[in-house]
Amino acid sequence: MSDAQTINRQPRAANWASDAARRRVRRRYAADRRLQAYGIIAIALAVGLLGILVTSLVSTGFPAFVQTKVDLAIYVDPSKVDPKDPANGNFRALVREALAPFVPEGATDKQKIDVTKILTSDAPYIVRDYVVDHPDTVGKTVTLPIAVSDPYDQLQKGVIPKEVDALSWSQVRYFERLQTRGVVAEEGGRTSLKLEVYVDPARIEAGPPPSGDFAAVARDSLQAYLPDVHDTALFAMLADDAPDALANRVAEDPSLIGKTAQVIFPVAKPFAQLANGESPKVLNPRFTSTQIEAFDTMVAKGVVHMPFNWELFFNADSRFPERAGLAGAVTGSFYALLVCFLLSFPIGIAAAIYLEEFAPKNRLTDLIEVNINNLAAVPSVVFGLLGLAVFLGYFGLPRSAPLVGGMVLSLMTLPTIIIATRAALKAVPPSIREAALGIGASKHQVILHHVLPLAMPGILTGTIIGMAQALGETAPLLLIGMNAFIPSVESMGILEPATSLPTQIYSWADSPERGFVSRTSAAILVLLGFLVVMNIVAITLRQMFERKW
Amino acid sequence: MIGYVLLGLIALSALSYVLGRRRAIAAVQGREPELHSRPTYHGAFVAAWVGIPSILLVLVWLVFQGTVIDTLLLWSLPPGTTDGLDEGQVDLLLSEIRSVAAGNVFGEPSLVVQAAAERYQAWQTIARYAMVATAFSVALLGLLFASRRINPQFRARHGAERILTGLMIACSLIAILTTLGIVLSLLFEALRFFDRVSPLEFFFGLNWEPQIPIREGQVTGGGSFGAIPVFAGTLLISLIAMLVAIPIGLFAAIYLTEYAHAKVRATIKPVLELLAGIPTVVYGFFAVLTVAPALREFGETIGVPIAPNSALAAGAVMGVMIIPFISSLSDDAIAAVPRAMRDGSYAMGATRGETITKVLLPAALPGIMGGILLAVSRAIGETMIVVMAAGIIASLTANPLEPVTTVTVQIVTLLIGDVEFDNPKTLAAFALGLVLFVVTLALNVLALHIVRKYREQYE
Repeated sequence: MSDAQTINRQPRAANWASDAARRRVRRRYAADRRLQAYGIIAIALAVGLLGILVTSLVSTGFPAFVQTKVDLAIYVDPSKVDPKDPANGNFRALVREALAPFVPEGATDKQKIDVTKILTSDAPYIVRDYVVDHPDTVGKTVTLPIAVSDPYDQLQKGVIPKEVDALSWSQVRYFERLQTRGVVAEEGGRTSLKLEVYVDPARIEAGPPPSGDFAAVARDSLQAYLPDVHDTALFAMLADDAPDALANRVAEDPSLIGKTAQVIFPVAKPFAQLANGESPKVLNPRFTSTQIEAFDTMVAKGVVHMPFNWELFFNADSRFPERAGLAGAVTGSFYALLVCFLLSFPIGIAAAIYLEEFAPKNRLTDLIEVNINNLAAVPSVVFGLLGLAVFLGYFGLPRSAPLVGGMVLSLMTLPTIIIATRAALKAVPPSIREAALGIGASKHQVILHHVLPLAMPGILTGTIIGMAQALGETAPLLLIGMNAFIPSVESMGILEPATSLPTQIYSWADSPERGFVSRTSAAILVLLGFLVVMNIVAITLRQMFERKW
Repeated sequence: MIGYVLLGLIALSALSYVLGRRRAIAAVQGREPELHSRPTYHGAFVAAWVGIPSILLVLVWLVFQGTVIDTLLLWSLPPGTTDGLDEGQVDLLLSEIRSVAAGNVFGEPSLVVQAAAERYQAWQTIARYAMVATAFSVALLGLLFASRRINPQFRARHGAERILTGLMIACSLIAILTTLGIVLSLLFEALRFFDRVSPLEFFFGLNWEPQIPIREGQVTGGGSFGAIPVFAGTLLISLIAMLVAIPIGLFAAIYLTEYAHAKVRATIKPVLELLAGIPTVVYGFFAVLTVAPALREFGETIGVPIAPNSALAAGAVMGVMIIPFISSLSDDAIAAVPRAMRDGSYAMGATRGETITKVLLPAALPGIMGGILLAVSRAIGETMIVVMAAGIIASLTANPLEPVTTVTVQIVTLLIGDVEFDNPKTLAAFALGLVLFVVTLALNVLALHIVRKYREQYE
C-alpha cells in the first residue's frame, strides 16, 4: 500500500488543459509541421531544378531541329561546269549568279561577294555534290534548298535581333551626367556639347591655318567633365566633325591659344537621338546593310523557309554550325558501345557466375569482391588515365579509336554488370537448382542450362543500364582523345579516330559560334533520348520477364 | 590484318567443334549412348584447345612485338649512335625510324636512320608472318592433341567444364587486374614525375603553373607544380556542392520516408533518381548555359561582381547532381532503423517531427554519414561539370564568387591533345590522378566501414 500512497502524494498532477501546456503542444506540432515543410521545400527545389534543366535545354535546343534554308534557282552554266568533269566546275560563280536576283541594284562586286555570305560557306560544295550526282543537270536550272549561314539562321529564328542598341548602358549614363550639368544644348540645329577647352599651345599651333591634334584636345576637355570615367567609349560622344569645330574656332580667333575658351562640339548621331528622347539603334554588327537588303528580298519572294533539320542527324561534324550534324558522334558512340558490350557482357557474366556459384570462400575471392566494389566507385577520369597509360602508352593502340574507348568503358561497366548478374542469379530459387541436380545434372549444366536462362532478363536489364551509363560517360573518352574532328562518316572504323555523343557535346559547348549553343542543346536532347529509350527497354524487359517464385 | 588472324582462329575453332563432334560420333559408330560425354562436349573440348591457346598467343605477341623490335633495333644501330642520348632522345630516334619506315619522310633522314628504317620494315613483315605461322601451328597442335584424346571413355564433359571454370576465374581476375593496372600505371608515372619535381614542392607548394613550356634540361628552372591551390579549389567546390546537396537530399529523404503518402513516394523517388541518370556533361552545359549567367545577373543587380566561371556555379550544379546520392542513401539508412524504436517513440507521445529528430536521425546517423562520405568522394572525382564550368587558372582563394580550379580539371587540361610521356606536364596529371584515386578510395573504404559497422548494431 505504501507504493500507492507515494503515487497519490505526487506534488502536482500535470494540468494538460492549462494555457502553458497548450502552448507547449502547439509549439511541438508547429515544429513537426516545420520539418514537413522543409521536406516539401527540398523536394520542390530538387524537382524544380530538374524542371529548369529540362526546360532550358528544350527551349534552347528546339530551334536546332529546324534550319533556315533558301530555295535557290541555280543555272548550271555549261561554260562554268564541264559536263565531262563536273567535279571541277566553278560552283562559287554559279552560286553568285544564282543570288543575282536578290542583290540590290547597282551593287559593286564586293557587295555581291558580301551577299554570298548569307548562305553557308559550304554552298558551292552542296551544289557540286548535287551536280556530280546528277550530271544531266548541266545546262539546266535546278532549285536546291541551301542552308543559310549561322547569323541569318539565328535572325530568322528570332534568336538575335536585326538591330541592336547603338549605345552601351554606361555611355547613356555618361551622357545623362553631362545633361544634368547643363553642358548639352541645341546649337545651330544640332545637339552639341558646350565645353570649356584649354587650348594647349604645346599641342596646337596658330598657323594660319591652325594645326595640331584637335581631336585629342577635344577628348581631354570632355574627359575633364567626367574625371572618374576611364573608358574610351566616352569619346564616341563627339561627332566626327567635332575637332573641326575647335579648329574653326581657333582659326577665327588665334588669340585663344594658351587660354581657356568655350567651344561648341556637335555630338555624334546616336547621342543626338538620345537627347531627343529616342533610343538609338544600329544594325547588328554581324550583318551588313547589303546582306540585310538581299535577305529581306529573299523573304519577300518567299524562297526562305524552315524545314526540319535532317542534317542534324545525317551530317557529320562541321566548323559551320548550320552544316554540323551528329552522324559522326552517333557512329563513334555506337562502335565504342559495341566493343564495350562484346567485352563486358561475356566477361561480366562469367565473373559473376564464378563468384556467385563456384567461388570458395577464401582470401582471393574476398579480394576480388572488394576490388569490384571499389572499382564501381573509382572516378571515371582515373579510368581515362589507365586507358591512356596502358592501352595507348604501353600497348600502343591507336589514339582516339573507338576500340580503346570501348575497352575503357567496358572496365567501367564491368562492376555494374557483375553486381546485376549476381543479384539475378541469387533470385533464382534453390528448388530449380536442386531439381536439376537431383536428376543428375552436373553443376555446370545446372547453371548453364537452367539458372542462367532464368536469370537472363535480370542480367540484360543490368547490362542495358550499364550501357546507358557508358553512353553518357565523357571524361575517360576525352583523355584517350575520342573527341576528334570527324567531317565525314565514311572514314570511320573501329581503329580510326572517332568522336562520341558526349564528347561532341563537349566540343560544341566550347565552340564560340552562336549556332552551336542550340546545337549543343539539341545534341543533349538526342543523347537523353537514347538514354530514355534504353531505360524504357530495360524496365519493360524487367516487367515482361520478371517472375515471382 | 590482326582482325583477320583473330577471325581466322575463331573460324578454325568453330570448325574444330564440328570436327570433334563428328569424330566422337564416329568413334562409337553413331551409337551415342555408348559415349561417356555427349558429342557436344567433345566438340567444345577440341574447340577450346584450338581457340584459347592460339588467341592468347596472338594477344601476348601483340603486346610484346613492339618492345622486342625496338630493342633489336637499338642493338642493331651502329655502335656509338645512342651514346650520350637520354631516354627521351632515344624515343625520339625510334619514332623517327618508325615514321621513315611508314613512308612519312620529313627532310633528309640520315643514312643510319634510313638503314634502320629498312630493317624495321623487314622485321615488321617477318614478325607478322611469324605470328600468323606460330598462331596457326599452335591451333593445329591443339587440334591434334585434343582430337587424339577423343574415344568413347574420354570424359570430355569434365575437361570442357574445367576449361570453362578456368575461363570464369580468369574473367573474375580482371577486376583485380584493373585495380592493379590503375595503381601501377598511376604509381609508375607519378614516380617519374617525382623524379623531376620534388614531392615537397608538389604537396606543399602554393604556385601551380604547369602550362609554362619547359625546355629540355631546364626542368628545375621553369614551371611550378605546387598543388595546394588545386587541392584547395577542389575542396571549395566540393564544399559548395555538399552545402547544396546535404540539406536538400536529407530533408527530401526525411519527407519521403516519414511523411509522404506511399503514392507520392512512388512518384517522387524515381524523379529524384532521374537526376542521377543524367550524364555529367549535360550538367556541365547546364551550368554554363543557365546557372552561371543567372548568378552573374543576380550579382549585377545587387552590385557584387561574380565571375562567369565562379566556384559557386560549378559547385551548385554539382550539388544538384549529388542530391539523389544523399537522398537515397539517407532514405535507406532511415528505413533501416528498427520498427520498435519508431513505435516506442510514438508510444511515448512524441510527434512525428520529434521522432525523426530525436530517435530516427541519431540512430541512422552512421548510415547518413556513410552516404555523405560517398557523396564527397563522388564530388571530388566529378570531372565534366568542373571542366566545363570551373576555371583553369589555379588561384588560392576561399571566395566562392571567383574562379578556382580542381584536380580533375587539371588532369583533363594537361592531357587533352597530344601527350608526350616524358614531359613533366603530362606526368603531373598522373600524380594528381594518384592523389585523386587514393583520396576517393580512402573515403569509400571509410564510408563502407561506417555503414557496415552500423548495420551490425541492429542485426
